[in-house]
Amino acid sequence: MTEETKPFEPVIIGFTCNWCSYRAADMAGTARMKYAPNVRLIRLMCSGRLDPTFVFKAFAGGADAVLVSGCHPGDCHYSTQNYKAMRRFHLMKRVLAQLGIESGRLKLLWASAAEGAIFAKEINSFVEQVRALGPLNWNTTSPEILDKTVKEEVIA
Amino acid sequence: MTERIGVYVCHCGTNIAGIVDVAGVSKWAGEALAGRGVVIARDYKFMCSSLGQELIQKDIKEQKLTRVVVAACSPHLHEPTFRNACKGAGLNPYLCELVSIREQDSWVHTDKVAATAKAKAIISGGVERVIHDEELEPLRVPIHPDTLVVGGGIAGIQAALEIADAGFHVYLVEREPSIGGHMAQFDKTFPTLDCSACILTPKMVQVGNHPNITLLTWSEVTKVDGFIGNFDVSIKKKARYIKEADCTGCGICWEKCPKKVVDEVFEAGLGKRKAIYVPFPQAVPKYPVIDDVNCTYYIKGTCKACEKFCPTNAIDFNQKDEEINVKVGNIILATGYDLFDATRIPQYGYKRLANVYTNLEFERLSNAAGPTGGNIVLRDGKTVPQAVGIVHCVGSRDQNYNPYCSSICCMQSLKFAHLVHERTGAEVYNFYIDMRTPSKGYEEFYQRLLEEGTHFVRGKVAEVTNVARVPAEEGKLIIQVEDTLIGKQRRIPVDMVILSAGLQARHDAKEVAKLFGIACSYDNWFIERHPKLDPVATMTEGIYIAGAAQGPKDIPASVVQGAAAAARVLGKIQQKEVSLEPIRATVNQDMCSGCRICNNLCPFNAILFHEDKMVSEVNPALCQGCGTCVAACPAGAISGTGFSNEQILSQIDGLLLLNIPHQPAPVAQ
Repeated sequence: MTEETKPFEPVIIGFTCNWCSYRAADMAGTARMKYAPNVRLIRLMCSGRLDPTFVFKAFAGGADAVLVSGCHPGDCHYSTQNYKAMRRFHLMKRVLAQLGIESGRLKLLWASAAEGAIFAKEINSFVEQVRALGPLNWNTTSPEILDKTVKEEVIA
Repeated sequence: MTERIGVYVCHCGTNIAGIVDVAGVSKWAGEALAGRGVVIARDYKFMCSSLGQELIQKDIKEQKLTRVVVAACSPHLHEPTFRNACKGAGLNPYLCELVSIREQDSWVHTDKVAATAKAKAIISGGVERVIHDEELEPLRVPIHPDTLVVGGGIAGIQAALEIADAGFHVYLVEREPSIGGHMAQFDKTFPTLDCSACILTPKMVQVGNHPNITLLTWSEVTKVDGFIGNFDVSIKKKARYIKEADCTGCGICWEKCPKKVVDEVFEAGLGKRKAIYVPFPQAVPKYPVIDDVNCTYYIKGTCKACEKFCPTNAIDFNQKDEEINVKVGNIILATGYDLFDATRIPQYGYKRLANVYTNLEFERLSNAAGPTGGNIVLRDGKTVPQAVGIVHCVGSRDQNYNPYCSSICCMQSLKFAHLVHERTGAEVYNFYIDMRTPSKGYEEFYQRLLEEGTHFVRGKVAEVTNVARVPAEEGKLIIQVEDTLIGKQRRIPVDMVILSAGLQARHDAKEVAKLFGIACSYDNWFIERHPKLDPVATMTEGIYIAGAAQGPKDIPASVVQGAAAAARVLGKIQQKEVSLEPIRATVNQDMCSGCRICNNLCPFNAILFHEDKMVSEVNPALCQGCGTCVAACPAGAISGTGFSNEQILSQIDGLLLLNIPHQPAPVAQ
């Protein structure tokens, strides 16, 4: 297949909390709901654990987009820590904008343990959104930032 | 690289292997990740089987593995399994990572190539993370032997009695003035038709007299702090205006009370009670409650008839709400259900057409202790119906209301049909969508009803109306329905309609779930830890659920769950100690600048600030391990075990395959 006919498949890193959104992903799995295979998940205990460094690290390492997910406001297992994640989310969006990265590459998703269907649906729409934005264009010659297409071929 | 890592890829039968090229992934991991310390990679049909676990254990010993990555199902399912396997082979269990390539990969993707590539990335992330895993020991905390049971219906009663009979103390909290729940309102129970009160009240009395049960009725839980083994619970004991120590329950007060009030709760609006009352004669405890909204003394400032006639001076008009604080190790929630509000379906005419009843109203109507003494009569109080229509699935199995099946209504409607037929000789019509009788003796009961001559009409009722089209319909309620077995519209005139309103979660289920730190499903039922294998535990350790609060359930199923939850609690109490995941934050005091940013972020007040040394410290007994402070510390002085920065940052590298060695493309000049 040539480069022209192959659709762009974004690589997305997703952060989930142990109690709601990771369980929503489990729920989507148990119910065999199908969604796009572009998101690779990391489990944290709480969305409040999300250090903005993680998000920037993911972008720096070649992710085209980052998903941040947690319990619905008011439903946090640790009472209110998802509000702290929300604050950081808005802060990160501003920082990304200053770095010239489209704000559409960072998404916040609240999903309860019962919302596997919502989780799957939102991932699909996020993947489409990022696909429309195209690859995150790091204009770098640094050898540490590896050429992503080569990397993805390693596992294909 | 000093670590020796083993990677184990599970087929899970065809669950994973059907979509992911498991052998290919395993081979890839052995080769591409060799530079990261992977010394062996295997795939196996069922990694969780004893043979699969032995495979890992053998490798740990023979290959001297220092880390293990298992790629299989969700860690919420089998993380303990594989950690225990590692422990059995002498490896610290926290040096094992379970990464999910089933729930997050094979089960949700259809493209085999993409799913296989994703599995490789997930394993690569797990390998990078496991390198930074640390040896940890679970935290051991003592379990307080007392238990809190919330809800005094049949599920809560069963749970409380099981635990109390085993010799441990129980606090049973009930919102209403008496325990008994919905079951106390019923006359007969299906399919055996034994009298509800006859089987329930002995258990209620047992609860009331049990030396190991502290019964707190007319009370509500207001606050819950702590964690498994060590919950601090605040309970509001509402003012009854009765000195319980003096009251004998003689009943003179409610005989003398001049104020009558419609009883919307226990009598479902069909009967009246006094302003000082017990909901029903067999109530436990026996003490009455003064309804301070309707009591003449609280409205006008005079009356006090009850006080005047009370032979033991037990009335206390100045009693105040009381706050009771208790310490418990485990909590069982058995808060029950609400009935679907039948007025939401206006075409069925409830509250508009007099002789349309709900199921709960009919329970009271048919109850020998109810407002009519068990006589099944119309609202005029004397006319015996000649024909009765019973509508199944009211608000259930309906996309406009509740999509789920309420599970009890078919059997309950059959019971009603039997009672109507037996006591009035009326013609009975049951309108059903599907007949669901899936339990011991239930189908036989249905057969019995068929033989009794009940008419069964398969179809969803469109409308209940009093507008007659022909003289035979005059003065009747007409049920308009499509009989789907004969493919015709029918209009059936009856005198009484009973709506089998479905079950739904308590209106305040979400608030209760939040109070106890558990989750609700889409329909607001409490979510169990596993729908099949762990139906009474929740995701929050130490909190169990039982009865209809978890989903629609009949009496036998509620009793089973009450007993099951009690067994789980007794198991915990017997262990005397519980292991907690050692996921905690710690402050490196040499790096702490004393900025105190973390102090206000902790919802558990687990972070102390030492004014003398100007540094913060985390109290591990209070820390719950959310990691918010770890993420917030500007000096990077706080580390979180199990989810350290190194672990997560490395996992990101792994997921993005930054760890795979290859020659970068030459940079164009």
